[in-house]
Amino acid sequence: MNSPTHLRDELGPYFGEYGGRFVPEPLIAALDELDAAYQAARVDPVFQEELAELHRTYTGRPSIITEVPRFGEHAGGARIILKREDLNHTGSHKINNVLGQALVARRLGKTRLIAETGAGQHGVATATAAALFGMECVVYMGEVDTVRQALNVARMRLLGATVIPVTTGSRTLKDAINEALRDWVASVDNTHYVLGTVAGPHPFPVMVRDFHKIIGEEARAQVLELTGALPDAVTACVGGGSNAMGIFHAFLDDPSVKLYGYEAAGEGHLTERHAATITRGRPGVLHGARSYMLQDEDGQTIESHSISAGLDYPGIGPEHAWLADMGRASYLPITDDEAMQALRLLSRTEGIIPAIESAHALAGTIKLGKELGPDATILVNLSGRGDKDMETAGKYFDILDAEALASENLAPVDSSDIGTGASE
Amino acid sequence: MNAAVESRVAKVIAARKSSGSGALIGYLPIGYPDLATSIEAAVALAENGVDVLELGLPYSDPVIDGVVIQKATQEALAGGFRLSHGFEAVAAIRARVDTPVLLMTYWNPVLQFGVDRFADELVAAGGSGLITPDLIPDEAHDWLVTSDRTDLDRVFLAAPSSTDARLSQAVELSRGFVYAVSTMGITGARSDVDSAARSLVARLRTAGATSTCVGLGISTPEQVHEVLGYADGAIVGSLLVKALADGGVDAVARAAAHLATGK
Repeated sequence: MNSPTHLRDELGPYFGEYGGRFVPEPLIAALDELDAAYQAARVDPVFQEELAELHRTYTGRPSIITEVPRFGEHAGGARIILKREDLNHTGSHKINNVLGQALVARRLGKTRLIAETGAGQHGVATATAAALFGMECVVYMGEVDTVRQALNVARMRLLGATVIPVTTGSRTLKDAINEALRDWVASVDNTHYVLGTVAGPHPFPVMVRDFHKIIGEEARAQVLELTGALPDAVTACVGGGSNAMGIFHAFLDDPSVKLYGYEAAGEGHLTERHAATITRGRPGVLHGARSYMLQDEDGQTIESHSISAGLDYPGIGPEHAWLADMGRASYLPITDDEAMQALRLLSRTEGIIPAIESAHALAGTIKLGKELGPDATILVNLSGRGDKDMETAGKYFDILDAEALASENLAPVDSSDIGTGASE
Repeated sequence: MNAAVESRVAKVIAARKSSGSGALIGYLPIGYPDLATSIEAAVALAENGVDVLELGLPYSDPVIDGVVIQKATQEALAGGFRLSHGFEAVAAIRARVDTPVLLMTYWNPVLQFGVDRFADELVAAGGSGLITPDLIPDEAHDWLVTSDRTDLDRVFLAAPSSTDARLSQAVELSRGFVYAVSTMGITGARSDVDSAARSLVARLRTAGATSTCVGLGISTPEQVHEVLGYADGAIVGSLLVKALADGGVDAVARAAAHLATGK
């Protein structure tokens, strides 16, 4: 495949053979309207200043970087630098995209925002933007996820949003997207669908990436300032792929910088319970775009599994599929257990509790650091904080009561719990 | 309208129109509640006044379907539906009735089966073509080529929100009929079919459509009658699926016969 001169300049609707608009005709007018509004906004200095002002005074941007040497000791002694998207308002990178889309929606005169959510982070961010902009908000969330992320359901409701548990299909993120699309078909006149990742029909993959590319742009300058050089590698977790595209984008045309996306391998990518879309999937059409997806022989979507609700998705954004095929980025599987061990390790060594999603990036970084050695610098996107995951982590490590606190689970962690790449 | 090929579906619809009313098109999913019963139910539609059969292939992520059809297709998938059952069903139905059969399918199953292979199997089974709810003409290059090679019908959707240019494209590239989406929404019975349908059909005629069928929300003989006053065909789905769910093949037969009184 011939790459464009600058990979960063790719604007869709296609990324190589991926992307496009595989949606029912009733949605096309809305997508055209959105595309036109977004294309105007992206070159409009007034819009860009509005968004920048919100990021300064509301999101808390720029987010800082934090060097984590005690964690790095467990990662082959590599120099590890975290991009702290966990410190954003609402606790993850998701707010970057939501504020951008809410501004576009306001320009279009829409008064109602709808969203899908898996872990609840995107739903919380959308509910937050709706509250800030005085808009109505409806969030679709798989019934399974409303149980495992009950705290985020409460947050959304407190913010004034209506949370609708989705009881069809596998009752997780993919079904929440289906339900949001069904809502949108019937409500496009007054409603904007705030899609939460770099997937879906054009212009969503490009627009969501653009709203998140600030992550990589800030981090690239921050790492250069701190170390005087570009990092050797940039790592992120990948579900739909928004935080990964956000941090990758600024580095796409820096050939010396290797890019790694870590997919959720659940109970193991060779088992039937995983969400390792690029590792185990193949190209197909899901949720409006052509990309890699988990599917059976007949093209029926296979239900994914991950301990992390935010990565529990059988698809991935089309730009990642394109980068994977051309070899610009590598996508590797991380199991539930590897992620949970990394979550505990960062907590213990650095006093930072990451989201389980982000812990997949940390687990991958531990393996990568061991491969690259102590001379390497690795930039990790710490996409979210772990507050929402305390119930899951508490159960996983059996630390929810006094009796458990005294148990051996609090023995110092050993990074050898986390395998090396060789065992995969 | 693509006139290069004589579409049997278009001919049946035109014949019903010239005999005074228009065509009744009935939807049921294949494999619900099981393969054998779904074949019986489709035959019952054909024997009770349905002029064109629209048979749905169950799919895991049916974004334009409402609750009734979602539940049925999910049950069919849980019951072990495979794409090969779709061709089996078409062949079995066509062996018993002369009514033309269109498959309604989301695009990924066709893509994974292989567009050419899918078309060849459908032709061999005696099917007439495809209704593709999530494949717009802009993304349909492979299907346009394959459907021309195999003379299969290809039915694209037109919506009240579609621009004139998009309606012209749908008219030019559809074969069999153009599927006019009556309202901005998903499948499911509605008490009144949106007046948007009437103006959409008028716009499609201006764009050159000679065969336009209206779907989404139609569930009574009165609605069928009303729609056939300005369109060439009326498409009924959720009501028939609900009849099958509640009362089996006999209930579907009665529901079809009742709807046909609106012709």
